[in-house]
Amino acid sequence: MKEFLEGSRAVAEIIKLCKPGVISAYPITPQTHIVEELAQMVANGELSSQFINVESEHSAASVVLGASATGVRTFTATSSQGLFYMGEVIFNIAGVRLPLVMTCANRAISAPINIWNDQQDSISLRDAGWIQLYAENVQESADFHLIGYRVSEDKSIMLPVMICMDGFILTHGIESVDMPKQAQVDKFLPAYKALYKLDPSEPLTMGILADPDYYMEARYAIHATFKDVLELLPKVSQEFSDIFGRDYKDLLVEEYFTKDAEKVIVAMGSVCGTIKEVVDELRAKGKKVGLLRIISYRPFPYARIYEALKNVSKVAILDKSVSLGAYAPLASEIKSVFSNKKKLPKVISSFVAGLGGRDITLESIREIFRKLNAKELVQEFIDLKPELLKEQYE
Amino acid sequence: MNDRLLFKPGHTACAGCGQAIAARIVIETAGPNTIIANNTGCLEVFTTRYPESAWNVPWIHSLFENAPAVASGIEAALIYMGKKEGVNIIAQAGDGGTADIGLQALSGMWERGQDILSICYDNEAYENTGIQRSGATPYGTNTTTTPVGAKSTGNLRSKKNIPEIAVAHGIPYVATASVAFIQDLQRKVKKAISIKGSKYIQIHVPCPLGWRHQANETLLVAKLAVETGLYPLIEYENGNFLSCRKITPKPVEEYLKIQGRFKHLLNNPQELKKIQDIADNNIKKYALKMESQ
Repeated sequence: MKEFLEGSRAVAEIIKLCKPGVISAYPITPQTHIVEELAQMVANGELSSQFINVESEHSAASVVLGASATGVRTFTATSSQGLFYMGEVIFNIAGVRLPLVMTCANRAISAPINIWNDQQDSISLRDAGWIQLYAENVQESADFHLIGYRVSEDKSIMLPVMICMDGFILTHGIESVDMPKQAQVDKFLPAYKALYKLDPSEPLTMGILADPDYYMEARYAIHATFKDVLELLPKVSQEFSDIFGRDYKDLLVEEYFTKDAEKVIVAMGSVCGTIKEVVDELRAKGKKVGLLRIISYRPFPYARIYEALKNVSKVAILDKSVSLGAYAPLASEIKSVFSNKKKLPKVISSFVAGLGGRDITLESIREIFRKLNAKELVQEFIDLKPELLKEQYE
Repeated sequence: MNDRLLFKPGHTACAGCGQAIAARIVIETAGPNTIIANNTGCLEVFTTRYPESAWNVPWIHSLFENAPAVASGIEAALIYMGKKEGVNIIAQAGDGGTADIGLQALSGMWERGQDILSICYDNEAYENTGIQRSGATPYGTNTTTTPVGAKSTGNLRSKKNIPEIAVAHGIPYVATASVAFIQDLQRKVKKAISIKGSKYIQIHVPCPLGWRHQANETLLVAKLAVETGLYPLIEYENGNFLSCRKITPKPVEEYLKIQGRFKHLLNNPQELKKIQDIADNNIKKYALKMESQ
């Protein structure tokens, strides 16, 4: 049944249907609505989860770590500084191979302090061993949480999943959403049975010290599992489509008019909706343009991206984060797709836009398509205000 | 036989490690229906070096400061599954993981009143990383980050009073204990786990390496800390002072002179006086002195 829901509400509704045993919560804009909604559901008796209000994001992540290690499904949500404060726990959860799902309401990083959207937070934790899926709209934000649990808890995976949804744009945006029924969710996502857990009847030591003789294999094993995730995501997507009727194809990327395109923008998240609108507009004028949307940023689907872009003449990469002093994260990874390849785009230009919540408008996207020509551009900032850069200390 | 031990031999603690003795007493007293969350520190390092583990109870280490939060998640999960009844949860740490970097997570857990026993193995410095000062390091101690020199007599701050901070949270049971008084420690652990809610026990555990005393004198050193009044053994229940171990106070020199970490003070009457004052204040504050018969 379709409902008109705020993104945070839609996520809370889907989490309720996933029946987590433990939810931990620490407020940080803009994810706060999600945990507030869940707290109300628990207060109303609609949800039987243990709801733990903690004193910090560090403890929020640690509580779900402990609960997951004890064998229950868990949930928490974060954003921005909160994600950074969790940082070492984030790495730790993946290292101990605990399955869980967390929302990251994507937001800029201080300083200057700024509560608005970009993707610097989750991008900066890309090496933590978490699967990262980026949603384009509210429907996907909800659906990806459900898919996240299914993938995370797969016995061959056992890795945490971060569902990245653009802060405010998606968390506070209200859209028409098709909410699944409990029976459908139960069919797709069976009750959680832990592969290993803290249980006095079967004592187990978790979180061991691994010296140089063992550490590398533990890290390698996670890396190897990410290859399995690339194989699993399309299968889970098919199961999802069979039950819920929404087809996310291989769940790695979405190709929008790329087949015959001469110019393609590569991007992630909600900005892809804006890009699609410009693609439609330019296609109507006969321009061969398209969009390649990255859904799975970790694992990064190199082969799939190569297939999608190898015959495209000009590619623009749009990053909503930066790696200060280097190519923007998505740009450097897309460029690496073509290293030592025979077929490759003639031009790969990179653009940065939307930092700290600056609107990426239809005109911003048109500008990127205009600037995508024979001359390769590196790290071109869109909608920058040059007059503000003139301010100086004596 | 080893299969029934909850804390097995063969771990890699130093000879004379007070923490290893105390940790064994704690888990053997708490029993097999116990789950432990352990902060990073000596205890974690010397008991769980892969592929070995000294623990015969479910045990998890995550990070330096988050055992109380991890334990909170364990408790919540057990409650959700209806399996909390009869299971003890212990969050344990060293003094750095308790008094410094872990205080926030610990405070959060106490404030939530979770049914968890937190244990601090207090060896009064970051011994695992090489004897650096912590908030629980006593006044005058020579550590690698409060070294003695022409312009310094060691650690200039006095020991942070974590038991009183614990009491201020309104938790139902707080106690200090010492590895030198095993039966007292066993009694306190038993009492703590019989009470529902958050409990805190801080155990004085000498470290021969960091304190520079003979490995066969661990219990003697611990005993003298109590008998001089420098480490009062006290107990609070529901915020009320319940009991203390009475002593016939010995001069602090007896405790200080057998440890390298205080050696620089022995010919410094002014500094010795300051440490004797700390002991005298404790004796007065907690009425430690045994009444003459």
